[in-house]
Amino acid sequence: MRDTSAQSAAYRRETSEKVALLKHAPPEGFLRKYVFSLDHKVIGKQYLDLALAAVVTGMVLSWLMRFHLAFPNAAVPGLGKLAPNAAAGGIMTPELYLSLMTMHGTLMVFFVLTTAPFAGFGNFVLPIQVGAEDMAFPRFNMMSFWVTFLAFMVLIAAFFVPEGPPLSGWTAYAPLSALGKDAGPGQGTGQTLWAVSIALFCVGQLLGALNFIATTLDLRTKGMTLSRMPFSTWAWFITSVIGLIAFSVLLPACVLLLLDRLAGTSFFIPAGLVVSDKLQPHAGGSPLLWQHLFWFFGHPEVYIAILPGFGIISHILPVFARKPLLGPKVFLACLIAIAFLSYTVWGHHMFLSGMNPLSATLFSVPTLIITIPATIVTLLWIGTLYGARLRFTTAACSVLDSYRCS
Amino acid sequence: MGKLFAVIVAVITVISATIFMTRIWWLPTDISVLGVGIDRQMSETMISAGVLFVVSQLVLALFVWQYGDRGDGRPIKIFPGGAAPMVLFATILVGAEIVVLSLVGTKVWAGIFLSAPDPKALRIDVQAEQFAFYFRYPGRDGKFGTLHPDLIDDGNNNFFGLDPANDTTARDDIVSASLAIPVNQPILLTLHAKDVGHAFYVPELRIQQDFVPGLVIPLHFTATKVVKKEIVCTQLCGLGHYNMRAYMEVMPENQFVQWMEDQAAQQ
Amino acid sequence: MIYLTHTPKNGVPMQTKLVSSLALLAVATSAIGALGRPAATAGTISGHVTYTGTPPKMRPIDMAKEPSCAKQHSTPVMTESVVTGPANALGNVVVYISAGAQSSAPPKEAVRYDQKGCEYIPHVAVLQVGQPMGIYNDDQTSHNIHPLAKVNPEWNKSQPPGSPPIKATYDKPEFIAVKCNVHPWMHGTFAVLTTDHHALSAQDGTFSLEGLPPGKYTVTAWHERFGTQTQEVTVGGGKAATADFVFKALPY
Repeated sequence: MRDTSAQSAAYRRETSEKVALLKHAPPEGFLRKYVFSLDHKVIGKQYLDLALAAVVTGMVLSWLMRFHLAFPNAAVPGLGKLAPNAAAGGIMTPELYLSLMTMHGTLMVFFVLTTAPFAGFGNFVLPIQVGAEDMAFPRFNMMSFWVTFLAFMVLIAAFFVPEGPPLSGWTAYAPLSALGKDAGPGQGTGQTLWAVSIALFCVGQLLGALNFIATTLDLRTKGMTLSRMPFSTWAWFITSVIGLIAFSVLLPACVLLLLDRLAGTSFFIPAGLVVSDKLQPHAGGSPLLWQHLFWFFGHPEVYIAILPGFGIISHILPVFARKPLLGPKVFLACLIAIAFLSYTVWGHHMFLSGMNPLSATLFSVPTLIITIPATIVTLLWIGTLYGARLRFTTAACSVLDSYRCS
Repeated sequence: MGKLFAVIVAVITVISATIFMTRIWWLPTDISVLGVGIDRQMSETMISAGVLFVVSQLVLALFVWQYGDRGDGRPIKIFPGGAAPMVLFATILVGAEIVVLSLVGTKVWAGIFLSAPDPKALRIDVQAEQFAFYFRYPGRDGKFGTLHPDLIDDGNNNFFGLDPANDTTARDDIVSASLAIPVNQPILLTLHAKDVGHAFYVPELRIQQDFVPGLVIPLHFTATKVVKKEIVCTQLCGLGHYNMRAYMEVMPENQFVQWMEDQAAQQ
Repeated sequence: MIYLTHTPKNGVPMQTKLVSSLALLAVATSAIGALGRPAATAGTISGHVTYTGTPPKMRPIDMAKEPSCAKQHSTPVMTESVVTGPANALGNVVVYISAGAQSSAPPKEAVRYDQKGCEYIPHVAVLQVGQPMGIYNDDQTSHNIHPLAKVNPEWNKSQPPGSPPIKATYDKPEFIAVKCNVHPWMHGTFAVLTTDHHALSAQDGTFSLEGLPPGKYTVTAWHERFGTQTQEVTVGGGKAATADFVFKALPY
């Protein structure tokens, strides 16, 4: 797949010259260097720091949940002072447990699993791997981090509203999430803040995905054709394409949810619901619509989380095995097949949701088919080990353990 | 280091496979007519995936053991055939497994969810609300009264919003907090939700179905043993979701008839 | 004046006996007072609350979903939204002075609201604006108290077993429906009044308001299902005034 035509070479030179003109001057001052930086390496590190803060918060929440599961009626030391309403006397109320679960899930899936492998490592490594000076749109890049950071702060703010954080799970099924505070404690302002946070997060990730795609397609250095790109670059590129479509669906879903909660619309709420003895003034909506929109995002989301990992471990192991990956073109074809098929399987999160049971059959088939490229990928990794001379460094052991878990 | 890793992988594989094969923690006893199909599908899936799991993990362990660098400078080898055997193996073997599981599974699924219920099935209306299930039997006239959400009055046992004053079909409806059913008879439940999404799950019957507000969803089954089992809600519905359950009592026919008479007297 | 706000569910409440003796005392005292001194002693309004028509039956509550509560009751608990007694008596009616009495500071003594055996005890808790209330969970399961206030702020709190009591006060008069979100059959009322002259009719329909200086009063009776009724009553020196209320009951 070597691209040697003079025309495209000229195009590439011209593009990188254009980017050179747009390039930012070296930053001066602490804020420009470390806070509002346009440099992809700083932004990558900022994303990783954000993911670290999110993972530590999520971990503390999980400790509280585990403590409650182990000792259901015991008082958690200090919790009574921290949450006098939700845990009077330190004893965890059911709504506090569910909000911990919701916030733990949201923090971990969105702010750790999506930011760290994709935006964190990708921002740092991808431009270096393709030989570009920076990402294609450095200002978009900075904006995407700060919008994600704002989303994180809005989510954390949900802990501090009087009624507490939402309790509808990270999947926020309607109508529980759409009805407002009648549906339960935490479903007032807390749920609204959740929806705002996720909508902002989508905006940040869309900006990031655009950046990755533009950088990968336009800013490869001379001589790096697509087929010569490292596997991790490919993985980030494919992840960006998945993310562009998936987050484009979650963003309007969150907007519709906010409209239902704040503007009295009924996208997700049917007529005749009686919640807490109050007849709800909505009509005409469908709870299944939320599920479809959410899982159309939600399934590709899990591939967004894992594909950068596939790319990274396919990149690392050949170094320590001292031989190239078995079947590189097959590997790439499988990644693309997985990405494509990930859009056809969302209904497997909804088998019993009340949609036509025939559709369960229709969704089962691609769900099973997607195992074929995934199996091929795993077998290619194991096949790479055949005849190798493995050096067991920490990196190599980590990668081998990923093979085991795959 | 590599050898240690290989040993650990092999040990984990053997232990986890053993746990499944010996069925230490397995499904509860099946008490439904169609449950046997579900159990067979489960076993077949576990076996086919389990075999591939064990084989691939042991091969991984073997390769890691075998191909660590021993400092002897031996030549690096490529897997014979390159990527082609992997593609073929995955496509053919996994493909075959997929085809078989799909065909058998579709039949089982259709039997439960896509088949028409027995026309003589006992109809029971189920309402899920935050945070309890209530069950309604049609009573002597065999008809269900109309539901009026604005008349719902939980403090006075009018959970469904019936209007006995103006609706004659509602007067003999029997409302109960437990699901009593006769054994070995087809049952047709119609599920509707009062407020948010809930679900109906009886593990022993091998059926589960979400309640969707705005929809009335039919669910049919036949219970084959006289037991009392728990119905749990498996769709997060708010703070009381953990405590949302009802009891299903499968009774011999004559006991069920007596139970209906007792309930009718109490309405 | 001594009066009890907690009415035991069965039997003649103590307050009726106390009230009768106090009424006699009041009559005697005011008789002496009429001889020349101004009648400064307090009077009583007592009466009966009854219904006409057919009320809904008190039905047994099925607590099957909460076995820890179900086993606390050897016979099922009956629904309490309409409590009827012999001779068409109507219980749980809040009777209070809505006009004519001097306002007084809210008592410091907290009203106790218990959740026991998955029931609210008392079914109707009468308290004054600004009076503290303590809500206790005596069961092995979590309860969730949700007073559905419309004028006062609405709140919704869970109370797992072993939690400290919830303290609540209300600043505006209102009849607030209370429900437990976890157990749908649990319903009660907070009757927040501005006056400290109030009583709850017993199952036999009797009530008594004491400690009233002579004057003209408006007595209001409220039932959670059958509405509100008012009467004008004059308490004179020496006579025990009566006010009877008849509510129109509907079967459903």
